[in-house]
Amino acid sequence: MTTRYELIIGLEVHVQLLTRTKLFCGCSTRFGAPPNTQTCPVCVGMPGVLPVMNRRAFELALKTAVALRCQIAPFTKWDRKQYYYPDLPKGYQISQYDLPFSSDGCLEISDPKGRFERKRVGIIRVHLEEDAGKSMHDEAHGRADSRIDLNRAGVPLLEIVSQPDMRSPLEAKAYLTELKLLLSYLGVSDCNMQEGSLRVDANVNLHVYTPDGHLVPTPIVEIKNMNSFRAVERALAYEAERQFKVWQETGQRLGDVPKQTRGWDDVANITRPQRHKEESSDYRYFPDPDLVPVIVSEAEVEAVRQSLGELPAEMRNRLEVAYNISPYDSDVLVNQGQALVAYFEQVAQQCGDGKLASNWIQQDVLRTLKERTIGIDEYPVSAQRLAELLRAVRAGRVDTMRGREVLARMLDTGRTVDETMAELGIAQLDEAQLMALCKELVAENPKLVADVRAGKLQAAGAFVGQAKRKNPNVNPARVRELVLELIQGQSEG
Amino acid sequence: MSLVELGATALLAELEAGRVSSVEAVRAYLERIDRYDGEIGAFLRVDRDGALAKAEEVDRRRRAGQAVGRLGGLPVAVKDILCARGELTTCGSRMLANFRPPYDATVVSRLQAADAVLIGRTNLDEFAMGGSTENSAFQKTRNPWDLERIPGGSSGGAAACVAADMAPLSIGTDTGGSIRQPAALCGITGLKPTYGRVSRFGLVAFASSLDQVGPLARDAQDTALLLEVIAGHDPRDSTSVDRPVPPYHQLVRQPLKGLSIGLVREHYAAGLEPEVEAAVREAARVFQSLGATVKEVSMPHSKYGVAAYYIIAPSEASSNLARYDGVHYGYRTDEQAMLAELAAEQALYQSAGTSAAEPDSPLVRLYRRTRSEGFGPEVKRRIMLGTYALSAGYYDAYYLKALKVRRLIRQDFDQAFAQVDMVAGPVTTAPAFKLGEKVNDPLAMYLVDLYTVSANLSGIAGLAFPCGFSRGLPIGLQLQGPPFAEERLLAACYMYQQVTDWHLRRPSLS
Ligand SMILES: [Zn+2]
Repeated sequence: MTTRYELIIGLEVHVQLLTRTKLFCGCSTRFGAPPNTQTCPVCVGMPGVLPVMNRRAFELALKTAVALRCQIAPFTKWDRKQYYYPDLPKGYQISQYDLPFSSDGCLEISDPKGRFERKRVGIIRVHLEEDAGKSMHDEAHGRADSRIDLNRAGVPLLEIVSQPDMRSPLEAKAYLTELKLLLSYLGVSDCNMQEGSLRVDANVNLHVYTPDGHLVPTPIVEIKNMNSFRAVERALAYEAERQFKVWQETGQRLGDVPKQTRGWDDVANITRPQRHKEESSDYRYFPDPDLVPVIVSEAEVEAVRQSLGELPAEMRNRLEVAYNISPYDSDVLVNQGQALVAYFEQVAQQCGDGKLASNWIQQDVLRTLKERTIGIDEYPVSAQRLAELLRAVRAGRVDTMRGREVLARMLDTGRTVDETMAELGIAQLDEAQLMALCKELVAENPKLVADVRAGKLQAAGAFVGQAKRKNPNVNPARVRELVLELIQGQSEG
Repeated sequence: MSLVELGATALLAELEAGRVSSVEAVRAYLERIDRYDGEIGAFLRVDRDGALAKAEEVDRRRRAGQAVGRLGGLPVAVKDILCARGELTTCGSRMLANFRPPYDATVVSRLQAADAVLIGRTNLDEFAMGGSTENSAFQKTRNPWDLERIPGGSSGGAAACVAADMAPLSIGTDTGGSIRQPAALCGITGLKPTYGRVSRFGLVAFASSLDQVGPLARDAQDTALLLEVIAGHDPRDSTSVDRPVPPYHQLVRQPLKGLSIGLVREHYAAGLEPEVEAAVREAARVFQSLGATVKEVSMPHSKYGVAAYYIIAPSEASSNLARYDGVHYGYRTDEQAMLAELAAEQALYQSAGTSAAEPDSPLVRLYRRTRSEGFGPEVKRRIMLGTYALSAGYYDAYYLKALKVRRLIRQDFDQAFAQVDMVAGPVTTAPAFKLGEKVNDPLAMYLVDLYTVSANLSGIAGLAFPCGFSRGLPIGLQLQGPPFAEERLLAACYMYQQVTDWHLRRPSLS
């Protein structure tokens, strides 16, 4: 029996905003400080203290939502999400419930390798909330010596909820990659998954197409604990198979069983059911009376729109047109971030050849960055110097192969193009030397001369090859010109 | 005339003239506390040494001709629900019996900056929940006019200490009437300012959208003086309003011209004691004699006020009090006993051979025990009410409905204030009741707030002051005005107090 199914994926992403201070108090948000050293009465939830909204966090959130083409609510409020947990000192989390500050946006994803069709992933909502603290405990074993670190409590988090618009682990990964890229272009988050500044949960189910032509949705499962994009991909692939097996065994449809939560085990490569959090079914949301609603005007939204700068999608298009590079190339460059694109543009403009700049950066620069695990800002060869080298290549002062040698050496020595070429003995032959060499070649190769005369122009290429063997520094184009001139001169004489 | 009978304004004049020192004044009040507070129980703690030290410091500065704050050396009592750095702030609860906040409430900072002498902390219903101060975990406070009776609440200690001349000025808080009702029952003047007029930072929250800090004193002038010091915008309280603070103390003496006062038809329904109604109507006639026009207005939704209040206030309270869980600060249950209890239960389940009833996890048991031991019955009742009202499936029917009522009540006020400058009416249906009289009847206790909750639900200002007596017990009049009409309410009260002497009467204490 052949039953087809489609994987339906929605992602819920939490990103920590790059503010200096927390969402409702003045404590630092720096990662890695000793436990409970970045706390104050407000984020510890002491009696009588009051939250005051961090305007900067709201601005960053607004920026993100506008970049995700969301509708911005003119009026938004704060709600309390209530549950008891030791890392939640107030007994509630300040979040946004029924009136998030933004909704109905989208993010376009595509695959330069063409493995899926370009598509728009809908964004249901983006809202701002405070993070909880961190518990390190062993509640299950009857011990009461849990430890709590509240440094993270109150750190601003943006929750970005997508529509269930993704159909494969690959699409999910592309969405996350594009989202992360957008956030880093906007400068709103560092998206560091190890430090918890980007967290992903997935809602997954199947649309099973039965042989009799019906579409059956299976129960939705929430997957947590995915600590890398790679883990997301693997967890989703695993879940697709698992859920299909469950469907075949039980025939359970959406609505037959309550929503299940499963955790990804990165070592065992499986998902496992997770215990439900106490009272998770009813958070008793209600508007936080300690905070005033936030009013956002059209003008403010417009100002944010103006301040966004160039976003990845626009940048890809512009690079393609301005530098005449392929969509694949612009994708690779843009995905490396703004600093690399700026580097590329400088090189391309100064050497006058976008395609050449793109090739060299993709093949040589990116390899070095990867090998050395450094960023473009730490790359030892400046854009000016690389452009200089590429100009030399274009002018035929050095060919591509030797040019690579020059670049490799410049990486280690930090010297200029001319110095390095001199060191490597790459000096251009002057016109007289080149003429002498060409005369020699013409004299030595009567057969080739005859071929050229007979109109076999590819024979001129053989002269170039021989010239290079005699002296690697010859300018191939000039050799070709001179040889042809000499042969023609001979026939006239 | 003894120093304690002068009242704040007159005493301040004496201090400023150098005829009396702050130390003398503070001593006089401390003596008074020594003599009478054993019976009355208004204070939870008296800071004798701190008060005298501060008074000496103020005297020294004044003698040296240096700047002295607005309250220069006047004693002020503070309700034990406003945080003061390093000092006990109990909220009348076992939960916070040993709690010392590491910060000052903005009101406390303002008092200190104004050179008030903080003489002690006054008793209250636990977390300000109650109308009789009987819900304090620590002690009962008695009404100075009749020690068998309650002083009102929740600012019962705050009102009783002024009524018994144990402090000239006192800070209370009002969530549903907690300043106005005890002020009325103790025969003094008390103001619930407009929501946002006074910072709530450092006020331990009961119901955040209703809570407001306010002054209690002998008369309009003294009340205005204290309001002037504590009012003002505070960047640490997002709900505080950025609006200049008028010189209330100066404005209070300016007579109001063309004053119009509304009497709310719905106030005079069944339940209002005839003596109270008579006193209120007589007060209206006094205002008429002062040139005011008095007319009847209608507030058709006021009858739903108590019902809406007892949804909204407990809802917010259930959330605000969730933080008292024994984890981070405050009371925590005996963990050894807790673990022993759990172990015993586990053994019981095992011996019974059943796994059906799973015992709590240690964490859940910690919460459960801490909260059931730390909170008193009224607090628990309200947490349960509020938790219920906010629960899925009930939220729309209770909480949202209550919010609608809240808007309608505010509309009633807006419509009334389109016709009159302020409305006058009773504060309570009856004078102070006896201790223990209503403790077993929560509903009767809630109805005590009948005339006061509407001002909190609407965020408007309300002022209570004495307008008569019934069987030796004070009766209060309430003036309610539009937002930020404090100076008009106080000025009207001042006019009234110029021609009446109810506010000058003193209980006879033995
Ligand atoms: Zn903090």
